[in-house]
Amino acid sequence: MAAIAPDRDPHEQKLRALRRLIASQKRWDLVFACIGVACLMVGVLTLVALFVDMAIDGVPRLNADFFSSFPSRRAANAGILSAMVGSTLVMLVTAVVAVPLGAGAGVYLEEYAPRNWMTDVIEINVTNLAGVPSIVYGLLALGLFVYQFGLGQSILTAGLTLALLILPIVIVATREAIRAIPIGIREGSYAMGATKWQTTAYHILPYSTSGILTGVIIGLARAIGETAPIITIGALTFIAFLPPAPIKAEAPFVSFEWLTSPFTVMPIQMFNWTSRPEEAFQANAAAAGLVLVVMTLAMNALAIYIRYRLRKNLKW
Amino acid sequence: MVNPESKPGMARVIPRPGVVAAEGRAAADAPRLKAEARDFNFWYGAFHALRSLNIPIHEKRVTALIGPSGCGKSTFVRSFNRMHDLYPGNRYGGEIRMYPDDVNILSPTIDPIEVRMRVSMVFQKPNPFPKSIYENVAYGMRVRNVKSRAVIDEKVEQALRGAALWDEAKDRLNEPAFKLSGGQQQRLCIARALATDPEMLLFDEPTSALDPIATGLIEELIAELRQKVTILIVTHNMQQAARVSDYTAYMYLGEIVEFGVTDQIFLKPSKQATEDYITGRFG
Amino acid sequence: MLFLAAFVSVATTLGIVFILAWESVVFFREVPLWTFLTDTMWTPLFSEPRYGILPLLSGTLTTSAVALLVAIPMGTIIAIYLSEFAPFTVREVAKPILELLGGVPTIIYGYFALLFVTPLLQRIWPELPGFNMLSAGLVMGIMIIPYVSSVAEDAMRAVPMALREGSYAMGGTRFRTATRVVMPAAMSGIAAAYILGISRAVGETMVVAVAAGMQPNFTFDPTEPAATITAYIVQVALGDLPHGSIGYQTIFAAGLTLFLMTLFFNVLGHLLKRRYREAY
Repeated sequence: MAAIAPDRDPHEQKLRALRRLIASQKRWDLVFACIGVACLMVGVLTLVALFVDMAIDGVPRLNADFFSSFPSRRAANAGILSAMVGSTLVMLVTAVVAVPLGAGAGVYLEEYAPRNWMTDVIEINVTNLAGVPSIVYGLLALGLFVYQFGLGQSILTAGLTLALLILPIVIVATREAIRAIPIGIREGSYAMGATKWQTTAYHILPYSTSGILTGVIIGLARAIGETAPIITIGALTFIAFLPPAPIKAEAPFVSFEWLTSPFTVMPIQMFNWTSRPEEAFQANAAAAGLVLVVMTLAMNALAIYIRYRLRKNLKW
Repeated sequence: MVNPESKPGMARVIPRPGVVAAEGRAAADAPRLKAEARDFNFWYGAFHALRSLNIPIHEKRVTALIGPSGCGKSTFVRSFNRMHDLYPGNRYGGEIRMYPDDVNILSPTIDPIEVRMRVSMVFQKPNPFPKSIYENVAYGMRVRNVKSRAVIDEKVEQALRGAALWDEAKDRLNEPAFKLSGGQQQRLCIARALATDPEMLLFDEPTSALDPIATGLIEELIAELRQKVTILIVTHNMQQAARVSDYTAYMYLGEIVEFGVTDQIFLKPSKQATEDYITGRFG
Repeated sequence: MLFLAAFVSVATTLGIVFILAWESVVFFREVPLWTFLTDTMWTPLFSEPRYGILPLLSGTLTTSAVALLVAIPMGTIIAIYLSEFAPFTVREVAKPILELLGGVPTIIYGYFALLFVTPLLQRIWPELPGFNMLSAGLVMGIMIIPYVSSVAEDAMRAVPMALREGSYAMGGTRFRTATRVVMPAAMSGIAAAYILGISRAVGETMVVAVAAGMQPNFTFDPTEPAATITAYIVQVALGDLPHGSIGYQTIFAAGLTLFLMTLFFNVLGHLLKRRYREAY
């Protein structure tokens, strides 16, 4: 080892060349990691710019009047009352329709569906519908629900349309929740002599409820921000009244008139105000946008919380 | 148990406890050392997987590691090319020294990539890249920034010949590697490892996923390859170790129970535990 | 009975195809298919109406192209980074951010494009019109990044560790392993991600309706305003068109074109996704 000087030892020279090569190649690792972080930062910066921009214009408008007034030709007096009520009622219809259809379809596909071409067709359709642009759902609603079925440009139509839109989300969430149930539980139930329906009702459904709920909330968070299909149905953008109340003072105490009433929703109100050239309306739009984003975020956070609690409570 | 008078690069006989004085071919050649594990320990997180391993790896010889599953053979072998560095939470202790430069390859001052360029590995399940046969074998060249097409062509042919795959592959060099059979894929992986003229070749149960005919081919290959490169092979198949290796170490529960010349270990093991394992009474 | 619930999805598709075809058939009795596909003016509501879909197509294609020029490179880079480079904590922070990016209602992105991005761009190019395809396309691109990156990342994570170990064992760096081994192995999944991104861009409505304007304009210049197929449908829906009039039917003809385009991309993307799932 001491016989050859380190400088001229061929083995040592090879090693040095190797080390230079490795160093130059690892530089690419560093460069790419920086580029990756930079791209992520673009996304972060966009979100920050979005929020800050809306906050600057919108926060001054967020006062009690804003929430309790109807839209008006004068920007200062305009509020989102009708839009908020409309959104709430539409979401109600959406949930009532989407939950049984989506959960039912999910249970069917996971528990009952035989392996034949019909099931394949159904599954292909569910995947496909997830990718159909939302405005096409609006056209479906316009052509079929509004005119052919005669449901009119109403809350009922809007709720049905959005339910169909979020159906794939609910179905997928249901299926994943059911798949997460260990097979041992199922086998235990059958071993006790239970029928398929009993197993489903007493075991599968209760254990997958949180998962289904999570899926529904995520679907509703998506639905609440949907503008295109509702515009297509013909929701008017200037609604200065509320739909008839569901609860009445006289018999039969419950009314469904509100289902067929004209209405507006939050994103449409924002769209309407954004399209006006006056700056004052843009402030209103920003304020509405903030409310909308907060509602969406809150729903997503709720879904994540439920998912978290689910994981904690159910220990397989 | 380091012999302070030993100098690397010189012929030496290893006076370590548990190793019977060498009989057979190893004593006659007294080969040099390529690598040596000194008081080597390894932790997976908090789990102390390998305890105080001391073992010599002789140059241009085949050293086999045998033992029941879970004894740490793969863990040990994967330390020689620092694969454990890829995953967080692992810790090395002690040294693995490599000769002739007498460096501890586990040292944090040495880049794992450098070690991997000197020590190649063949895995249990063949893992050819989603590329053509040619590009698979040439991968090592590309990593080393070799540009000359002529040089790469030559190395590819040399490696494929060395892996006994040239005749079957020479007309299909541009076909995807996936089209080869399991045994052929494994030989491709061997060719890939050979193409860079590594100083040491690690085999981690190379034939456990293959049929007996492919297994036989690869065992022949390993016997030939020993003339060119130092080999460390992990196998759960004792007969394979007996057929193929010059030295064998029997490991159990993260420790080396016995190490010695293969003939010795299999014919006249010095420990009862070794004998139990070899005769099938245990494991 | 549960079967009926599942059948709803099939019924929905049938309903969509039916209503689009039904109204379009009536439309195509009035307007020959050839004119529809080749005329360069789309002015159905004028007294002398013209029914060429090319201006709407050019609007859709240009905005989508701008969006994809942003979303595909950045989405891919983010996917590679998250799958092969990022430490655990970075990934845990990045995932919710990307979900958020994809979950913001599109009308808000429309607002952002019109009232923040366009004025910003106008500071650099003062001649940029208030409605233009560039702002819409850029914002749409950022909005689509999560779609591309999540599918691409899934595809790359599905590549078995054994393949990566093979590359690292040869002395490969992280960058080389990611680009020369993992990406080619995940290619069909990555292609699926791109195609799904295309489908999403083509089908987007509110961002382009708000920021690119609703005036059909046969041009491929992103600095001009234009209408996409989707924006046109919105514009008509905002107005008052009597049911059964040809103006009403135009939105179904436009919708049919849109549906066929996205159907094509969706099916292609789905087939590619299945291929990478089966490979491992």
